[in-house]
Amino acid sequence: MKKTPPRLSIGQPQFRLLEKLCLASGVSGAEDEVRKIVLDEIKPHAAEIKVDALGNVLARCGSPDPKAFKVMVAAHMDEVGFILVEADEGGFYHFRTVGGVDIRQVPGKPVWIGAKHTPGIIGAKPIHLQETEDRKHAISLESMRIDTGGENGAGLKPGDRAVFATPYKRSGGGIFAKALDNRLGVATLIELVKHPPKNITLQAAFTVQEEVGLRGARVAAFALQPDAAIALDSTPAYDLPDPEGNENAVYNTRLGQGPAVYLSDSGTLSDPRLVSFVARTAEARGIPFQFRQPGGGGTDATAIHKQRGGIPSLSISVPHRYSHTAVSVALVEDWQNTLRLMDAILTDIHAEIFREGRP
Amino acid sequence: MHTTKEHLKELISQPGLSGFEPPIREVIRAAWQPLVDEISVSPLGSLHGLRRAVKARSKPAPVILLAAHMDAIGLMVSALEQGFLRVTEIGGIDPRIMPGQIVTVHGTRDLPAVVTCLPDRLRPHSKENTPPALEDLLVDTGLSQRELEKIVRVGDPVSFAQMPIELGESMIAGHSMDNRASVAAVTHCLRELQHVQHGWDVWSAATTQEEETLAGAFTSPFMIRPAIAVAVDVTFGRMPGVSDYRSFPLGKGPTIGLGPNIHPVLQKRFKKLAEELDIPFAMEVMPQHSGTDAYAMQVVAEGIPTAVIGIPLRNMHTPVECGVIKDIERAGYLLAQFIARLEPTPQEIFAEEEQE
Repeated sequence: MKKTPPRLSIGQPQFRLLEKLCLASGVSGAEDEVRKIVLDEIKPHAAEIKVDALGNVLARCGSPDPKAFKVMVAAHMDEVGFILVEADEGGFYHFRTVGGVDIRQVPGKPVWIGAKHTPGIIGAKPIHLQETEDRKHAISLESMRIDTGGENGAGLKPGDRAVFATPYKRSGGGIFAKALDNRLGVATLIELVKHPPKNITLQAAFTVQEEVGLRGARVAAFALQPDAAIALDSTPAYDLPDPEGNENAVYNTRLGQGPAVYLSDSGTLSDPRLVSFVARTAEARGIPFQFRQPGGGGTDATAIHKQRGGIPSLSISVPHRYSHTAVSVALVEDWQNTLRLMDAILTDIHAEIFREGRP
Repeated sequence: MHTTKEHLKELISQPGLSGFEPPIREVIRAAWQPLVDEISVSPLGSLHGLRRAVKARSKPAPVILLAAHMDAIGLMVSALEQGFLRVTEIGGIDPRIMPGQIVTVHGTRDLPAVVTCLPDRLRPHSKENTPPALEDLLVDTGLSQRELEKIVRVGDPVSFAQMPIELGESMIAGHSMDNRASVAAVTHCLRELQHVQHGWDVWSAATTQEEETLAGAFTSPFMIRPAIAVAVDVTFGRMPGVSDYRSFPLGKGPTIGLGPNIHPVLQKRFKKLAEELDIPFAMEVMPQHSGTDAYAMQVVAEGIPTAVIGIPLRNMHTPVECGVIKDIERAGYLLAQFIARLEPTPQEIFAEEEQE
């Protein structure tokens, strides 16, 4: 089989954009920084752009024919993080998490707070002062504070969001950054808007509040009324060694195996016609992909597929390790193959695949 | 010349785990070189600077040693496993603060990496909801096992990669503030001494391996044979959850140690001097092992009168250790003034106080 060279690929401009997106702060409900980057990037390329009541960015591109097949691709802009809830003396703040932050990842980390990215740190009791009993329990959220160092924290207030202050780094074929879930999806969708498919209408939805209940996607799908939808996200790879030396049978996805195509998760049974179309498309183009292990988790597809009278949907994710932590790790090749697969899907998809009726 | 803040930020941007100090030693050497007359490295890797007495009133000039350990806590590779590294600790590390820390693996070349712990779905049921232990930690470089084997081997050090964080004008957070904050205090003292007609030889030592074996503190004083040794080290800063007698507020000056590792005459002199100079300070009671180089230095050779000066630090032994520049400079100034006022001979110092 002759492989066709990819139409879209990841290079320096894409890495620079991903870096900018990952360093931006966009905790659910406060996605402003990410939204601004998205708008700046897609403005010259989309036929129509709208920011809706919740803050979703909805962009139309591709075929100008109003009767063209409409495919919604949703990538959530928000990330998990923190919110200040109460000021303590001396520049310390009580805080809570927004979205499913892994609490074990919180102590001993720097953060950026608010629109100005004011630096703060989340400290931990020195090991020298701990009792044996302390070490048996995880450090509780209630015992932690964000330390802004006194006068440095002036002007901050309860309600301000904070994110892990993690630098962006590439090493070998790896990318190390915060919020790869889902800035990888956002960066990919921006590329698709810049190079839209010719035969269909691409409805790009950069959604808000995915991490706190898929709230942006729900209203976006209502407004867009697509014929089919793909949630473009990033999913955990639990491909770590099993501590007992057994085969790891609960890996979810594995790095290096390509984009993860969802069969089912806790909220969606992927449309089987879309699943087989996606698999056929990938195989025809020689694009590596993997099926995500069926099971828990969820994406914007959960909200989208039940909107209006029902929308055939599925999710495709770039795999990454260490979800909802300070530092995630993804591979460039998986991102590249996700972009290729998405481009191939949008190029090849047509109404006919749904004609046969739902099996 | 660098400000204390710039100097400190440079110091806490360097690796230098216990036993692997060369990178930090070279940065300290560059800072001390113009401030001392001689500089050398001990067989165990401690850096020794000698600033000769300017106006010795006895021959040979008596010797005071200022010791600040330069080594840092971190991790060491214990195994390569399916593309991940297993690690053990160097110095005391709370495994509960390790998941999600950015680190550098020092193989044949430096590799950026992240520390992770096994997700609950991969841990045995008996460990569910328990905090990560050292053996649950893995280091991920993003490389495959095959690539890793070419670059990394068991025993390679793994250091924190957290870059310095400025919390406002005067507060700095980062890794290895324990004990680079004290190294910066010694540097500040050496700068102050440029303007002082001191009668004693001043040796400054950036010691090795304090966090593991105190090896630097046992050996440097033996080579230098000071009449007085001062350990400069960090102490616990007051913070939520840390408020008993062992902790001290940040920005309220250094601490002066008091306890069995510390010669009572020296402790009293430091206290009196700080009061005279109006330098804010706190007395720090150290009931047994001071947890500093003083523990070793006191029993070197026939025994050495030893003192401890402390700099309060929050979050000790994490990569976000946090201290205040002013406390560092006050400690340095106090040390310089202490040296400036020393009597011509050690005998006078210790005899005079005995009569009190």
